Amino acid sequence: MAEKKYDWGAIARNPKFVELHHKKSAFLFGWWIFSTLYYFLLPIGAAYAPGLFKIKIIGVINFGYVFALSQFFVSWGLAHYYAHVANKDFDRMTRNLIDELHL
Amino acid sequence: MTFNKFIIAASLALTVATAAFAEEPQKTPTAPTDATAASAPAMAAPAAVAAEPAAAAPAPKLTVKKELKANKAITLTMFAFIIGITLAVVIRAASKNKTAADFYAAGGGITGAQNGWAIAGDYMSAASFLGISGMISLYGYDGFMYSVGWLVAYITVLLIVAEPCRNAGKYTMGDILSFRTDPKPVRAVAAIATVSVTTFYLTAQMVGAGKLMALLVGVPYRTAIVGVGILMVGYVVFGGMTATTWVQIIKAGLLMSGAFLLSTLVMAKAGFNPLRFFEMIVNSPDIQDHVTKMLLKDGKTGADLLTGVDAGQRFLEPGLYLKNPLDQISLGMALVFGTAGMPHILMRFFTVPTAQAARKSVIIAMWIIGMFYVLTTLLGFGAAIHVTPQGITQVDAGGNMATLLLAQQLGADISPVLGDIFLAFLCSVAFATILAVVSGLVLAASAAIAHDIYVNVIKDGHADQHEQVMAARITSLVVGIVGIIIGIAAEKQNVAHLVALAFAVASSGNLPVVVLSLFWKKFNTAGVIAGLVVGTIASIGLVMVSPNMTYPKLEAAKGEKIIHAMEKKMAALAPGATLDAKDLKALDKAKADVLNKDGKSILGLDAPILTLKNPGIISIPLGFLAAILAALAFPSKRSEDMFDEVYVRQNTGIGMAKAIDH
Repeated sequence: MAEKKYDWGAIARNPKFVELHHKKSAFLFGWWIFSTLYYFLLPIGAAYAPGLFKIKIIGVINFGYVFALSQFFVSWGLAHYYAHVANKDFDRMTRNLIDELHL
Repeated sequence: MTFNKFIIAASLALTVATAAFAEEPQKTPTAPTDATAASAPAMAAPAAVAAEPAAAAPAPKLTVKKELKANKAITLTMFAFIIGITLAVVIRAASKNKTAADFYAAGGGITGAQNGWAIAGDYMSAASFLGISGMISLYGYDGFMYSVGWLVAYITVLLIVAEPCRNAGKYTMGDILSFRTDPKPVRAVAAIATVSVTTFYLTAQMVGAGKLMALLVGVPYRTAIVGVGILMVGYVVFGGMTATTWVQIIKAGLLMSGAFLLSTLVMAKAGFNPLRFFEMIVNSPDIQDHVTKMLLKDGKTGADLLTGVDAGQRFLEPGLYLKNPLDQISLGMALVFGTAGMPHILMRFFTVPTAQAARKSVIIAMWIIGMFYVLTTLLGFGAAIHVTPQGITQVDAGGNMATLLLAQQLGADISPVLGDIFLAFLCSVAFATILAVVSGLVLAASAAIAHDIYVNVIKDGHADQHEQVMAARITSLVVGIVGIIIGIAAEKQNVAHLVALAFAVASSGNLPVVVLSLFWKKFNTAGVIAGLVVGTIASIGLVMVSPNMTYPKLEAAKGEKIIHAMEKKMAALAPGATLDAKDLKALDKAKADVLNKDGKSILGLDAPILTLKNPGIISIPLGFLAAILAALAFPSKRSEDMFDEVYVRQNTGIGMAKAIDH
């Protein structure tokens, strides 16, 4: 497989790339931290706020159950939000960069 | 091609492997244990009228024996069907495996959707399929809480590793790590880390597989291991990644169908009304009694000792099983960081053609895995309602058989033969699950040994396609055989902690160095090696001094208590009566434990130094710290200069090793 030679430094300094990686990093790490913190609220809450977890919300279903279930929906929601942003913005910015470089 | 070099690679695998199962005699089997259902008194079937404590009455109210014996003919027919389909897939795949890219990455020709199903199939082991529903059926809310982390872990996979790995890697973790470092030492260390993680995981899976098959279809443990092992080796050696992928897809499909079918039946019993379903849990006298007993065991008295509806409600609240919050947080960290560092999961991203497909595959996998755990709640609570916790523990103290008992019972409620069919179907799902997971692990371990060590370290990357595929096949064969041998040797070992250990090493060793390689400019050879070595050794070391190990002195103390209790029980018995088989067995074991009171743990300890079963909370920061400090202490100009290339590649996919155009 013949490897094409690229000037990686030049691509890395390209304003389009700089913009892409800034946006991407902010999004990825920001949301990763959010989801991780949200998740750790579950074991921490269960251990240190059992009173809260016992509060009944609908019928016999309590806050603890709803909160644990919400973890699933938050994860799915975040996954789709990421896919939406990536498909719309990150992929488009990447294509623009590649077009400009005539690769 | 020199066979000496294969022997080097193979002995390497063996070394790590033997280190892995040099364990103490088994104490607490959390994997499916040998269930002796026959002798115990039978429990009342669903909708028990009992207001009095169920098990306190020595005379069984109803003689419906809870036992789990699959109908051999139906079960084996279904097994044969699964084996037939998967072998057909292997035969189709075998002819296509011409290059290393075909063998390790299915030629990059797997679609996003297929890969999503395969990731789910690769990830959900028999432990999560049977273990979590069992935990819910016995401990309620805590089991559900436990399952959450297994899905949330995929956020890390999605946001941090999936696409960069697709863009920057080729077949193994070593490819990513060696990009801008000194390739030989880095690949060697990366391969050792991969092989240790997969060996820990594989051992736990093989032992579980043997016990499960022995229990379900009544084949001897060794026969079961050899049978599963031969299929696993066959899939990987002949079919490579393509066959492994399809085995995983088929398994995920079967697993989801089984879960949907059973949860529909469970919900039908509650009139498809979730509120009613939860009321059934709270109002079940058996669950109430079970909770009261657990609280009593915890030493609760007075107002804290709940009974009746309050006890039923307590089943939906945390704290019946997971009692050490720090351990929970530690496990959560191991999952959130470790899943993304699992070599067999990382490897799946090299099978898709683009970063977009990698993204899509994680999202599909997240839906399947998440839906599965939500359905597992229904199965676990359903088993608690309909089979009753007492009925479940009678068959297996750890609750691992809850889903299977539920299937048998719900089917039998419709028609007796349907009970057998449902049970047989679920057994086949368990069987397919085992095959899918172990095949993925063998492939990941073989790729590390053959691609990283043999091709790139020993042969300097100079091996033609034919030789590479040959090396991969021979390594898979060796890894598979080693897996079978370990599986047989570890029959009586305590393997429950090995899954925790695999996640600990993946999260403390692998993940820090993968992330730093992809995102940190100053990262270099010293950082990779220090991170992997410290993360791996810290994880193993901390587990060795944790409560996971067996401490003869503590066992002896427990044994004395049991002997004491049994003596009391014997005194209370009618003259001439003897203890039942289960109690006698416990008594014999307790006596043996007491005799061994001067023994030491594997590291010569009397008691665990660490109270945590999951070392993640300590070992993950250690892994990161070691990687960062070593990289700063031994800076490398070349690694820094090459960061632009890695960073542009992982973000954009420019210059991607396109496995498809060869």
